[in-house]
Order: sequence, then C-alpha cells, then structure tokens
Amino acid sequence: MFLAPSLVISAILFTIGVVGVLLRRNAIVIFICVELMLNAVNLTFIALSRQLGLDGQVFVFFVMTVAAAEAAVGLAIIIALYRHRDTVNLDDINLLRG
Amino acid sequence: MNPLQGTLADKVGLLILLPFLGFLVNGTLAFVRPRAKGVITAVGVGSVAIAFALAAGIFGKMLGSPDAPPLVKTLWPWISADLLRIDVALQLDHLSIIMALVITGVGSLIHVFSAAYMGEDPGYARYFAYLNLFVAFMLVLVLGASFPVLFVGWEGVGLCSYLLIGFWFTDAQNAAAGLKAFLVNRIGDAGFLVAMFLIFKHLGTLDFIAVSRLAPTAFHSGDAAVTAIALLLFLGCAGKSAQIPLYIWLPDAMAGPTPVSALIHAATMVTAGVFLVARTNVLFALAPMAQSVVAVVGAGTALFAATIGLKQWDIKKVLAYSTVSQLGYMFIGVGASAYAAGIFHLVTHAFFKALLFLGSGSVIHAMHGAYHHTHNHADAQDMRNMGGLKQYLPTTFATMWIATLAISGIPPLSGFFSKDEILASAFARGPGGTVWYVVWAMGSIAALLTAFYMTRLMLYTFHGPNRTGDAETAHLHESPGMMTTPLIVLAVLTVIGGAINLPEFMPSAGWLHRWLEPVVEAGSRIAGTPELPRGTTFGLLALAVAIAIAGIWLAWSRLKPAALVPAAQSPEEVGFARVLYEKYNIDELYDAAIVRPLLWISRNLLWKTVDAGIIDGGGVNGTAFLARTVGWLGTRLQTGRVGTYVVLFVIGVLAILGALTR
Repeated sequence: MFLAPSLVISAILFTIGVVGVLLRRNAIVIFICVELMLNAVNLTFIALSRQLGLDGQVFVFFVMTVAAAEAAVGLAIIIALYRHRDTVNLDDINLLRG
Repeated sequence: MNPLQGTLADKVGLLILLPFLGFLVNGTLAFVRPRAKGVITAVGVGSVAIAFALAAGIFGKMLGSPDAPPLVKTLWPWISADLLRIDVALQLDHLSIIMALVITGVGSLIHVFSAAYMGEDPGYARYFAYLNLFVAFMLVLVLGASFPVLFVGWEGVGLCSYLLIGFWFTDAQNAAAGLKAFLVNRIGDAGFLVAMFLIFKHLGTLDFIAVSRLAPTAFHSGDAAVTAIALLLFLGCAGKSAQIPLYIWLPDAMAGPTPVSALIHAATMVTAGVFLVARTNVLFALAPMAQSVVAVVGAGTALFAATIGLKQWDIKKVLAYSTVSQLGYMFIGVGASAYAAGIFHLVTHAFFKALLFLGSGSVIHAMHGAYHHTHNHADAQDMRNMGGLKQYLPTTFATMWIATLAISGIPPLSGFFSKDEILASAFARGPGGTVWYVVWAMGSIAALLTAFYMTRLMLYTFHGPNRTGDAETAHLHESPGMMTTPLIVLAVLTVIGGAINLPEFMPSAGWLHRWLEPVVEAGSRIAGTPELPRGTTFGLLALAVAIAIAGIWLAWSRLKPAALVPAAQSPEEVGFARVLYEKYNIDELYDAAIVRPLLWISRNLLWKTVDAGIIDGGGVNGTAFLARTVGWLGTRLQTGRVGTYVVLFVIGVLAILGALTR
C-alpha cells in the first residue's frame, strides 16, 4: 500500500545521512547523520514487515536499543573530545594517522 | 671359506683403530697436558709400532696361505640409498698388506725420529696427534674395500698433510703452503669424484672387487667411458702424487717439519696415486690411451722435476723435486701395466727417500742447533751454508750416501732393481708404439740427472770445507741415537729392500711380482705383459748401471764444493741455470694464467656482479625495497582523518553492493 513511497523516503533519508557523514565536519552533525541512517533503515524494516511478518518490527526495537546505547557512548566520547581539544571539528583530529 | 677368516687377519680393523686412538689420546693431551712428553711419545710411537707388529702378524698369516682370496671385512653399513649400497668395509689382500707394512713400518721409524727431532717444540702433542691421525687415514686409504672408503682416507690424509705443512702456522708462508697443497689437491679430487660417479653409472657398484669383476664385460677395450674414468682417476692421482700439471704443491709442502716430509711427502701419502692405479688396474688396462697418458705424464714429470732438482740450494727442495721425479717413475711403471714394478719402486722409494729426508732432517737439526747457539739467522737448509759435514755427522753421512747410491741406481741397492724394472717394462712395450721408447728414453735421462743432483747434494752438504761459519762449527754435532737409529734401520732396508723382487735370472726372483699376481692379474691379462729377450734385459741392466755411474762421475768431477761460498755471498745464477733455479717459473706462470684470472673472475664477476649485484642487489635488497614501497603506499591511505576512512568505507560498501546485485 505505502510500500513504494515508504522505501523511497527511506532511501532519501539514508542518502542524506551518508552524504552528511561524508561532507560535514562537525562531529555532532555526523552523529546525527548516523542516527538518520539508522532510522532510514528502521523505516524500511517497518514498511516491509507488513508483507513479510513481524520479524522486521522486532529488529527495529533492537536497532533503537543499539542506537540509544550508541548515542550515550558517542555523546560521551564527543564531550571528552571537546574537553581535551576544544573542538569537535574532525578535520583537526587525526590521532589515527599511521 | 676364506682361510684367513678367524685368524689374526680378522683384526684388520684394529690396524686403523690403534693410530686413531693414539690421535684421540694425544689430541686430548695437546689441550690438557701438552708438556707430558713421556706419555705423548709412548702413545704416539707405541700405537704405530703396535700397528706395525699387528700388520706383520697378519702378513705372516697371509704368507701361510698365499692363495687366499681377498678378505673383505664389513664393519657397518654406511650408505643405503636405492641402488647405492656402501658399507664401511676393509679389504685385506696382497696389495693392501704390503702398503700397510710400509706405512706402519716406515711410519714407526719416522715416529721414533720425530720424538727426538720435535722434542723441543711446544706443539709436541699436537704434532703426534696429527701424525697418528695421518697413519690412521693412510691405512683407511689402502685398506678400504670400495672407492668411497678409499676416498675418506684420501681426503683424510690430505687434511693431515695440510695440518702438518702448516704446523708452524704462525709463519704466514707455511700456512700459505698448506693452503696451496690443499687447493691443488681439490682439483685432482674433483676428477676422482667424477670418476666415481661414472663408475657407479656404468657398473652400478663402487666395490673394488665388483668393479674389477664387472668392468671387463661392461666395457670394451678403449671405450670412451672407461677411458674417461681412467683419465679422471689419474687426475686425482696427479693431484695426490704431485704429477704434472699438479706437482707444484709438493715442493712448497717442505714448509712442514722434516719428518713429516719424510712420512707424508715422500714415503706414503704421495704414493697413494700409484696405489690407486694399481688398485684399479682393470680400468686402466681397458683404456690403453689412458695408460699411455699415465706413462707419458710420469716420464715427463720424472725428467722435468729432475732438471729443477739440479739447481736447487735448499736441501729439502732438492729432495722434494727428487720425490716428484721418482713418483713419475712409479707412474711409468703402472702406466706400462707393470703394476708390481710400480709398487716395488714405491716400497724401495719409501725406504731410501724416507732415509734421505730423515738424513736431511738430521743435517738441518745440527745446522739449526749451531745457528741457534750463535743467534745467527742464516738459512739452516741452504746447502751453500753447509759443506764438510761428514766429520760432524758421520752416521748421517754414511746412511745418506747409501740412499744416494740406491736412488741413483747402483747395484745391488734396492733402487737399482726397482728403477731398472720400471724402465725395462716401458722398453718392452716399445713394439706396441714408439711412445714407449720415448718414455723409456726420458726415464733414462732422468736417471742420469737423478744420479747427478743427488751426488751434488751429497758433495755440497758433506764434502769440501765447512761454510757454516767459524763460530758455528764448534756447535755442529751428530744427532742423538733416537734419530740415527731410524737412519741405520732404513739404510739396512735400502740395501736389502731390492731382494723382494730380484730380476728373473737371479735365485728366488720376482717374489713381489708373484705376491701381487692375484691383485694385478686381471689388468695384466687385459693389457698384456710383453717379455723382453734375455739379452735385451741384460743390455738394459748394464745401460742403467752405466747411466748411474756416469751421473755420479759427472757430478763428482764437475762440481767443486771447495769453490762454493755461503748463501749470503753467492752470485746470482745466469742463463739456463737461472731458469732451473727459478723452477721454470711455473708457479709464476700458474699465478698469471690461472690464479689471477680466477681471482679476477671471482672478485669482479662472481662477487661484485653476481653476489653483490644480482643476489644482494636484486634479490635481497630488491624484495626489501618492494615491500617498503608497497608499505609506503599503504601508509599514505592512513591519513588519520575519519573522513577519509568513511569515504573508503562507503566506496567499499558500494563496491560490495554492486558486486552482489550485478
């Protein structure tokens, strides 16, 4: 019924999320974009569960749980980062350089 | 069943074990108690003397059953790989017992002599350890029942030779002489190895008895394969026995102690090549071409080395070239299929050349002692510094004259019979090819030169006025009894040694000939043994005596020891004499033609191009460079920025998705 529009919206949201992660420099914005991608996936799960059963909806709960946990840890890291470096701009942070 | 089984002959392994134990004991003492001279002498001399007694006992048993087949005693299996089966086995037969007797007999005398000669040397224990090890390896060489076992002894004696030439290794020149001997021998050994491979390829076995049995049916006379085998074996012999073109190491080997020169570089090791040809007589008999090569090389060496001996001043150098020359005679003998004659000369040569070397050792001992007393650094081995020694060293003088007459070929001393038999056997082959007459003529001229240079040595050393120096003369004295006794024993052997193989017209003639018959019979049958008419035999005998007397007379009448001046004041030689004195510059020729090009190729091509350039540069450093470059490229991806990783991550995801949905 709403399958096609739902999937289109989901795809658009996901793409926005990816592009956001790729292009933005602010850690918090990237974080939000990641959440956006997770929720785009959630939307796909919900839309498809109407035809394929409740498994998708169960998965959505898992995703939301993980996303909540991730938000807690991720925000903590960003705050710690800010305290150390006075910035959340990822261009200025290259500790992983080999 | 072999009549020798169950008798003393079964203990043949003990022959080798005794001197080897002597080596172990003295080798240990050299480290823990190098000053225990009594024990060292007892072990060093005793082990070889007991081995001689044992060899004599075994010989007695063999005399009792002269027709006994070879006793092969397998000690333990050594190599077992598919078709190749080699046991550590000893072969006791008529040839090996004669060799064992010479090695242990002459060896014992030289050990006794060494005990006095080396008495003051700090390396006394080391010396006897090496000498015992040498005797053990030499016995492995002559008693081995197969080529590989013989080869172990062959290399072992080479090692001992190297160790003893460079015995006083603190002098770089001595160490270099040892190295030279070792390296020149490697060339011959390479030939020996390839010959062994070929024998195994064609006959499938390396045991002497099996090879002698199979070869006549597997090869036709003159086959390329058997000729190659014989020639390669002879290359090995030429290295070990110092024949042209590989003789150059032996004169340098005189850097070692004089008893070593007597034992290794005159009496035993250098005759191993002659022994090998006699041992493999069937192979050589099947290759007439190789036989001619053996005889011609032998004759060439006999003559060539004798000419060099004419003009040497170092007493040991004269004897060294004399040895090279006499080894040439032995090769004429075995090349002419007169194996018994070759072995006969080997035995008599072992007596009189050991005597000459030990005599020269006695002279050097006296000279060295005199110079040592007066702190003079003159050369104790230069004959120009000697002269008139007969009044100071009467025993040495008398015994060395006996040996000189023997090597010159004066009847009835041993050298006369053996040398004459060799030349006669070469002459007898004459109808088969003119080359044999040439060989005989060269041998005869060499005999004349031999008589000349040996008389020269005696004249300059013992006759005329003394040139050692006024202060030194008072310190010249005869060597102790421990040194003169071996000289006397060897002199007796030199006199009577010829009796083992008298010419055929004498009573009990040709004993050694008949004794060796079972060993060399197969080869003699293939090659044929031409007989000389009795008149010719007598003619050759008379000619040989005339040549010997002529040589001695020439030297006696032409050389004036009174006119000689000490080495330091001697004028330079000129003309051909200088060429002879400088040994035809063969060493320099080899240096320019072989050693330097080889070094150049090794240094510039093999080292700098192949090793440093291709292997180190391309292989080792090249792979390292490749790994570093790829690694460097990899590190460029690691920017440390999350953005880069995300981009790569997304590209990766897209690539996987693309691959899955395609």
